[in-house]
Amino acid sequence: MNELLFLIGFPVIIAILMLFIRKEKLRNIIVILSAIAIGVTSLWLLVTCFNKNTILYPFPFEPASNIMYVIELLLAVFLLYLGIKYRKIITIALVLIQAGLLVFFETYLVHGMEPVNNLFVDQFSIIMALIIGIIGSLIVVYATGYMETYHTRHPEVKDRKNIFFFTLFVFLSAMFGLVFSNNLLWVFFFWEITTICSFILIGYSQSPEATNNAFLALAMNLLGGIAFMIAIIYIGIIDPSGKLLELNTLIMSGQVIALVPAVLICFAGITKAALMPFSSWLVGAMVAPTPVSALLHSSTMVKAGVYIIVRFSPVLAGSLEGFLIALLGGCTFLLASSIAISQSNAKKVLAYSTIANLGLIVACAGIGTYKLMWAAILLIIFHSIAKSLLFLCVGTVENRIGSRDIDDMSGLIVRMPKIAVMMFIGIAGMFLAPFGMLITKWAAIEAFIVAPLGLLFVAILAFGGSITVFFWAKWMGKIISVPQVMERVEDTVKKEKWAVLYILAGLTVVVCLIFPLISSILIEPFVFNIYGQTAQLAQANVTIMAMMLFLLMIMPFTMLFSRKDQKYVGPYMSGMTTSPKMQFTGAMGTVRDTTMGNYYLKDYFGEAKLFMLGTALCLGIIIFAAILTAGVVL
Amino acid sequence: MISIVNAVIYILLAPIVGGLVAGIDRKVTARMQGRVGPPILQPFYDVGKLFEKETVVVTISQNFWVISYLVFMAVSGALFFSGGDFLLVIFAFTLSHIFLVLGAYASYSPYSHVGAERELIQIIAYEPMIILTAVGMYLVTQSFNISDIVASGIPIIEFLPGVFIGYLMVLTLKLRKSPFDLSTSHHAHQEIVKGVTTDFSGPNLAKIEIAHWYEYVVILGVVWLFFGFNPVIAVAAIIITYFLEILIDNTFARAKWQFTLKSAWLIAGALGLVNLATLYYLRGGVWL
Repeated sequence: MNELLFLIGFPVIIAILMLFIRKEKLRNIIVILSAIAIGVTSLWLLVTCFNKNTILYPFPFEPASNIMYVIELLLAVFLLYLGIKYRKIITIALVLIQAGLLVFFETYLVHGMEPVNNLFVDQFSIIMALIIGIIGSLIVVYATGYMETYHTRHPEVKDRKNIFFFTLFVFLSAMFGLVFSNNLLWVFFFWEITTICSFILIGYSQSPEATNNAFLALAMNLLGGIAFMIAIIYIGIIDPSGKLLELNTLIMSGQVIALVPAVLICFAGITKAALMPFSSWLVGAMVAPTPVSALLHSSTMVKAGVYIIVRFSPVLAGSLEGFLIALLGGCTFLLASSIAISQSNAKKVLAYSTIANLGLIVACAGIGTYKLMWAAILLIIFHSIAKSLLFLCVGTVENRIGSRDIDDMSGLIVRMPKIAVMMFIGIAGMFLAPFGMLITKWAAIEAFIVAPLGLLFVAILAFGGSITVFFWAKWMGKIISVPQVMERVEDTVKKEKWAVLYILAGLTVVVCLIFPLISSILIEPFVFNIYGQTAQLAQANVTIMAMMLFLLMIMPFTMLFSRKDQKYVGPYMSGMTTSPKMQFTGAMGTVRDTTMGNYYLKDYFGEAKLFMLGTALCLGIIIFAAILTAGVVL
Repeated sequence: MISIVNAVIYILLAPIVGGLVAGIDRKVTARMQGRVGPPILQPFYDVGKLFEKETVVVTISQNFWVISYLVFMAVSGALFFSGGDFLLVIFAFTLSHIFLVLGAYASYSPYSHVGAERELIQIIAYEPMIILTAVGMYLVTQSFNISDIVASGIPIIEFLPGVFIGYLMVLTLKLRKSPFDLSTSHHAHQEIVKGVTTDFSGPNLAKIEIAHWYEYVVILGVVWLFFGFNPVIAVAAIIITYFLEILIDNTFARAKWQFTLKSAWLIAGALGLVNLATLYYLRGGVWL
């Protein structure tokens, strides 16, 4: 249990330290050392606990819960103050409702409740802890270098790095708390902390746009928090002993008891995971400094949303409500992938791709057969690694070339060769065989086809999967098409940043090689414990993919055998005379550069139209599910 | 399950078969147009000549993209003929196509750039239908493995007529035949010069040609799967199918990408999905 308490408590101590340290260098050293400590501890947790299935820890309920209650009330007051200051009426209303529900629960229902096993760890918690502890810490380390450059490039933003790093570490602590809590009330507490952390981080620059987007994220997540609180009250009413507040008891208690709270909590998960119609907060969150986006998209926040939905997946399996949640995920996957085609802003493409993949995870979890749960967990792992790598690459590029537009990234392979190669690895990891995301999409197709009503989801995957090929491949193409003689500009990138990027790029490849191992020691036992059977990829296919990966890695060496005396010619311009720098003379003697833009197919995949469609569809599904659930309660 | 012998035979013989198919294609096309046409072996002469030429590149990375395209095309095909997982074969093909697209992007010519974008549109147009084909075969034979699908001896075409028609539609895309030869064409009437292959010449162009031959054999092999219960019918089906493709090639004008995308998805949805849904329903797949 000590590892658990360390992972939850240690980041909080460092966070408080961050508030008081003003020296840049000292802070960076402490950040790096504590990141290493957190990463090593989460690995230690893996080593000590991977073979022990579910371990429940009887951590005392009383003093801890009271402290959490007080903190929650203080945070509510803080949010009310901000809501009044910025005149956000919706936020004020939501905070009041949520605080009211909490006070109601604490006043009338909590007495006599004595949940015993308040902390736990199982294989799924370990996977999440590894993602938070390794990828989350790497991003925090990256942020040290990034924020310095950020503030020199954006002199108008007030330097509040103390608050920034404080929030990052609290965020990590809350995520650890969330995945180790077996008590729903505690899960809710950490859930709210992540909401507020993301609110502070998104609004970091304090520009009007950032403030608005931060409040948007806050409002949507508070809405989810209210549903979560109603679920807890529902449990409190049907079971005054508080035994059902324990997550493992609740999940094992069957659909008759657990389905209503499961649906409510999954709704909270949907808002947190930014599925449609709540996707706009995650897209808006890209105004934040890039490490924040990386953190929100890969190891924290949205992963908390899918974590809880995957946890409740066995309850949802086979129910109409579960099917509706899966359908919502499927629609989100298809539409968000389509919207990504029409975007030229790299961070927006990444955001929509995240939303799409979260949709796919939720689709798997909503149907909830053992094969799909296996695929969902694998998706969480692969997505975290590749997405954090991509965000950090885009952040580095943005700091160098001053643009996050994909059309401005042409010739990146010459300007920033190392970053370009890592970006390539990250993108390949998102959609190409034999890399991670493709493996899971493939596993998902094979799992959906034998699941109830699975054909619908197979069709969604067939179309959505092809769509993803388009926007990733044209991005790759942009990186390698070199318009003219370009200068190399990556020498100024800092050491820590390189280290983080190298580790993440290495992980993207290595995890593809060792995923059968991860599957057999963590995912398969976890799935087996719940369903009594488990899924895995056929050995022959794993071997073939390992061979493909190996072949991919040795292909670049063929470049060494190219003859040195190759004859070079300019690109074909149909006889148009150009200079070696790809410039030609236009009318009136003007000299023009040759520039080329990608296809965005806006008439077909335009954001406004598809977002409306997605909102309408998904809102309809939610209303239908709400009526169904209300019917069950009444 | 995986037959190495078949894989080796494919890697050695597929270029010969594919080249012959290309030669016959040119001959038949010529006859349809009232010309005598080149000898059947002309594609081999062409490739041989290309290999003798000096390598001229815009950027040296072109060599890498082309060799990767060829190698992964051969690997994907070998996977198909050795009886591997159909979905894995499809994904491996996508990988090799991405190499060709990247090769086109690597040169900064507007013609090859537009070709690359169009090639990507073609990929998203045909890929759903091909995945649905694999899913259809699974619904009939309960396996994604090509070896099991062939060994099942089931007349798959009787269960998947809609999927087969959908597959014929994407076959036109895959074979780069008019009206869907958007990104590059075997004819000399392409408005974007030669599209993706604009800036490839000499040995690199020869390698792309060989990769096409490898691909021909696999996409015709999928036609075989539909009729695999009877080899005679299967061969006849392949010949008729290919003849039909040549006929379509010579009678239609090139479509725009909008029409290509819409019609490919419409047919995948209307014929492929409806066919699969019917089968799925009849097999009791609604609530297991």
